[in-house]
Amino acid sequence: MKTVFSKTPTLKECSTHYCPGCGHGIAHRLLAEVIDELDIRDKTIGIAPVGCAVLAYEYLDIDMIEVAHGRAPAVATGMKRTNPDKVIFSYQGDGDLAAIGTAEIMHAAHRGERITVIFINNAIFGMTGGQMAPTTMLGQVTATSPEGRQADGTGYPMQISEMLSIMPGVCYVERCAISGIAAIRNTKRAIKHAVELQMTNQPGLSLVEILSPCPTYWRMKPANAMKWIEDEMVKVFPLGKIKDAAAKK
Amino acid sequence: MCGNEALAEAAIRAGLDAYFGYPITPQNEITAYLAKRMPEEGRVFVQSESELAAINMVFGAAATGKRTMTSSSSPGVSLMQEGLSYLAGAELPSVVVNVMRGGPGLGNIAPAQADYFQSTRGGGHGDYRTIVLAPSTVQEIVDSTGLAFDLADMYRMTVLILIDGILGQMMEPIVMKDAPPRKDLPAKDWALTGARGRNQNIVRSLWLGEGVLEQLNEHLKQKYAEITEKETRCYCHQIEDAEIILVSYGVCARVVRSAVDKARQNGIKAGWIRPFTLWPFPSKTIAEAAKPDVPFLVVEMSMGQMLEDVQLSLMGKAPTCLLGRAGGGVPTVEQVLKKIEQTLDKTNNSTLKT
Repeated sequence: MKTVFSKTPTLKECSTHYCPGCGHGIAHRLLAEVIDELDIRDKTIGIAPVGCAVLAYEYLDIDMIEVAHGRAPAVATGMKRTNPDKVIFSYQGDGDLAAIGTAEIMHAAHRGERITVIFINNAIFGMTGGQMAPTTMLGQVTATSPEGRQADGTGYPMQISEMLSIMPGVCYVERCAISGIAAIRNTKRAIKHAVELQMTNQPGLSLVEILSPCPTYWRMKPANAMKWIEDEMVKVFPLGKIKDAAAKK
Repeated sequence: MCGNEALAEAAIRAGLDAYFGYPITPQNEITAYLAKRMPEEGRVFVQSESELAAINMVFGAAATGKRTMTSSSSPGVSLMQEGLSYLAGAELPSVVVNVMRGGPGLGNIAPAQADYFQSTRGGGHGDYRTIVLAPSTVQEIVDSTGLAFDLADMYRMTVLILIDGILGQMMEPIVMKDAPPRKDLPAKDWALTGARGRNQNIVRSLWLGEGVLEQLNEHLKQKYAEITEKETRCYCHQIEDAEIILVSYGVCARVVRSAVDKARQNGIKAGWIRPFTLWPFPSKTIAEAAKPDVPFLVVEMSMGQMLEDVQLSLMGKAPTCLLGRAGGGVPTVEQVLKKIEQTLDKTNNSTLKT
């Protein structure tokens, strides 16, 4: 019988701890498929954040490290500078990257570190119980914005990808979503492109932001969460390539 | 070559692969020296955006099995405590230098020994230790640096080199030798190098399963006990016949050495103990020297921090007292001599409290 599909080897054979409808599982699989398609399992080092994906090494069969909240880009700097031949990626949520770790991501980008960042934006702190994140939408109800997020006093959703894209040290930024089949395939293309830029030693940091559902703390059914990304999140976080320095040449 | 520069060169001679640091006085000579020398050697130098980032860069480089170091001074080392805790939890080797200055807060930039508690009690959150080396001459700084890297690799942990603004700025003649890694160090088979032909390696400090973290804590306890047994180092001088024993470390020990020599000339039988490892602390040596009528005078550039370790070592078996200076104040030989005389006078009058 002809095999038409098999699980990609870098994704481990186990069930995850993620909630039903969570986007991390899809993002992990895309990353694993990219690693296998590029045949870089034996030269890749991954960095897991503090957040729901802290246990990513339980699902991705590669060398991985778990680091302090928000510090992944600094850890990645230490790794990549001493191991320029390795592929280094950090996998960070919006609390990790856009709140506590803003200094680290900004300065890794500023220095032009040749690392790849997978930035999962689900507009909320998931692991700690659904608190407001810098990326939380206006009016969105969370544990720490019970009346809905108000701009006056808590600010607007932070568009960190746009902020990073203006820095000369950043070579590629694209915002994707995993809200449907076409979007998922597109996200995989973006991840692959980001990793290839690192593999070909393009100067600068590559980042893929992924709008990802958190049905549990959005208090939605998984299908509605997917729809909310497409109907609401993309209005504030528009999809598409924000920067691709190499493509311009 | 000043103490800071000597330390930097010694780190290169010990095989430092990568240095990460952020400017702060009085340790800037280390950063500036390595900014020039590391690229010459084809090695890594990065000026980080903060001490938080510096220690996490160390975390990343250490996880791939490289010899790595950062340096800072007191307020900056406070910022590094998060990373030091993670390094302890993940059991990664690293060398961290603290060129201490006055505190608390921004304090000042004058020499001090105010970070004794922070250095010897772990400093960050969680149940852990760091080895703390306290050299007292520039030559000893050089020798401590090679030793620090070997101890870090041997025990997979952070080794802190604790000096102060005087030692960092002081110039003394030194002999600089290459200090390549010791031959008996364990292989770094845990390092993240890409899973080529082997199972994945994971560097972590999160252990959620019931009882799993306690197993790690138990393992760390055993490791720390082994280090206490094997690596405790101190120097003693004329303590056998002493009627008073002085305890001091780092630059203070130099003052104490002169004061004890003068006291002997004046007919007072003084002796000294100088802990070289502040953790593990030479409690055994101090306890063995204890006699009920021989007071221990602790001289430190802080207000009674090492004093507590001396008291814990003595368990009430001998009286103790303190000559503490702080905020940039350095004890003089005359002050130490006067304190020796006062202490003995009080002891003889049986008024000294333990």
